[in-house]
Amino acid sequence: MSDRVLTVEDLKVSLPVPAGKLRAVQGVSFHVDRGETLCIVGESGCGKTLTALAVMDLLPSKARRLATRLELEGKELSDIGERAIADIRGNRMAMIFQEPMTSLNPAYTIGNQLEEALLRHRRIGRKQARERALYLLDRVGIPSAEIRLKQYPHQLSGGLRQRVMIAMALMCGPALILADEPTTALDVTIQAQILHLLAELQREFAMGLVLITHDLGIVARIATRVAVMYAGQIVETGTAEAIFSAPAHPYTCGLLACIPVPGKTQRGHKLGTIPGMVPSLIGDKHGCRFAGRCPFVIAACGESEVLLEAGGGPGQLVRCIRHTEIAGLTARSPEAVAL
Amino acid sequence: MSALTTSKAVYTGPIVEARRIVRSFSVSRGLFKRARTLRAVDGVNLSIRPGEVVALVGESGSGKTTLARMLLGLLPPSSGEIRIGGQASATLARRQIAALVQPVFQDPYSSLNPRKSIGSIIALPLRAQQDEEPATWRSRVEEMMDRVGLARRLYDNFPSQLSGGQRQRVAIARALINQPRLVICDEPTSALDVSVQSQILNLLEDLRRDMGLTYLLISHNLAVVEHMATRVAVMYLGRIVEEAETAALFHAPKHPYSQALLQSVLTPEPGLGVPDTQLGAAYPDPLAIPSGCRFHPRCVRVMPRCRTEVPPPVGMSTAMVECHLYDTPFQPKAPA
Repeated sequence: MSDRVLTVEDLKVSLPVPAGKLRAVQGVSFHVDRGETLCIVGESGCGKTLTALAVMDLLPSKARRLATRLELEGKELSDIGERAIADIRGNRMAMIFQEPMTSLNPAYTIGNQLEEALLRHRRIGRKQARERALYLLDRVGIPSAEIRLKQYPHQLSGGLRQRVMIAMALMCGPALILADEPTTALDVTIQAQILHLLAELQREFAMGLVLITHDLGIVARIATRVAVMYAGQIVETGTAEAIFSAPAHPYTCGLLACIPVPGKTQRGHKLGTIPGMVPSLIGDKHGCRFAGRCPFVIAACGESEVLLEAGGGPGQLVRCIRHTEIAGLTARSPEAVAL
Repeated sequence: MSALTTSKAVYTGPIVEARRIVRSFSVSRGLFKRARTLRAVDGVNLSIRPGEVVALVGESGSGKTTLARMLLGLLPPSSGEIRIGGQASATLARRQIAALVQPVFQDPYSSLNPRKSIGSIIALPLRAQQDEEPATWRSRVEEMMDRVGLARRLYDNFPSQLSGGQRQRVAIARALINQPRLVICDEPTSALDVSVQSQILNLLEDLRRDMGLTYLLISHNLAVVEHMATRVAVMYLGRIVEEAETAALFHAPKHPYSQALLQSVLTPEPGLGVPDTQLGAAYPDPLAIPSGCRFHPRCVRVMPRCRTEVPPPVGMSTAMVECHLYDTPFQPKAPA
């Protein structure tokens, strides 16, 4: 089990809002091993970003976090103090954010910001820190790294800034990287380059990677395992192969039907849609959260809490009482379950 | 008004024709340095015929939005000519252009006036065009709301009470209320979730078929482009570097930049991994356009003459490419 980098069990995050308690994350469990990429996929408001922030202990101050287990490299994080977590954050685990412009400090040079993490966590001098920064800037494909070190974030393009963010996350050689929509603000060509780089570095340094995205194309190309989130819960999880070839949850099927695929979806043909809206997460909820939008809904769906249980292929978990039927349909033809 | 209405009915040529249009901006570099010139659009030819869906693709800074703003009459070209409905756009009033060309913007949160009701937002073009039958406005707006899938009861609501998908439907209804000839959709679904995106794309396709519309679709999502467009123009640093029928472009892109763009599309097929586009870390800066072929610093197939000679457009009437790789085997396009 020494390969296990992160274990999260029954993570709950709630936020106080005027109308009551917003249960943004409702009992999420997952794990990441060394060299493995877990993609958390879902639409806005499904709780994927808060899940990552909860792991990093970077939640907004009013949010409440509860978890039965939150272990990084075998060390429980949920009950250690501010200082102890600050020693781990940026050191053993690091985060890459969506918008590199807002997550880099405009008042400090690239070099200063890169070296900061290393000087904070290691007993080394400025010179060695600078050497490491140079090495990593070069490694993430930034030309003329020496000049870049002395520049400020606004002097770099979006793609270069995101490369700097990646270099910064790697400074201390972390065991785990959490990347929240790392390429959403970038052009497609730059996106492909950044993801290619991320995957390569992750293999090279044998890190665990949690990548949060709404883009199923990215998920398919980079994930070892996938967790599909809906309304604060994981509704389906399994290997990328299984999720894309034989999804067993109606929401996953719906998402896959929504996206046009070059060479497959016929021009002018209707794309699948998911009717209705995401349910409110305020207050207590019972039964399947997706029931209101699901074409497979039956009376039993609303009766009691639906559990995440084995279904579909090996290692796959599904939160749907009719998953056997749906997996049977999609195994024959993934398009069979167009909503 | 009446002259314009007749010209709408009679004219059958391209709805929009841009000939060698250039738009440059002067960019300040601080108090003591001379301002530099940014050529956002640098000699573009584009013609859109009725019934087409022309897609404009390219990275940010390639000039897509500047081109769209010129076609909408919001920005005059620095040089070159735009003809809308057969008439030179320089001779048309803003209002006349607006009757023919309407926009749908990317962000439905900022493109709707938060202090106006849905009904009055959709009716605005009627008011702006001084439509002669104000008595029918309400019923026409409601009919349009039905068409775009908005419940009539939302007539008196405000944008803040609507979801992103509903707001984009309002923006579409506003664009269509005056029955324009061309709708310019600038990243119409980029701000939306995937499940909402597919609803809006289906709606745009239905409306196009039912109302006989023509679209200029600006998008960086090539999967969406392949699904919607009949013809694609690839822009790079202010120029159209390749133009072709959608199927031809996706099947066999000619320009190395088009090839890299298509390679970058991450289709949901597990096991294929993330492609290496080999574009390098150089990034396209419209303030410092490279000599010769403007793509040469990032091109994997760069040749010596690419650094010095600007590639001429080569190709037939349906396809065009600007790249030295195709200098010889193609017949040059007839001079304009």
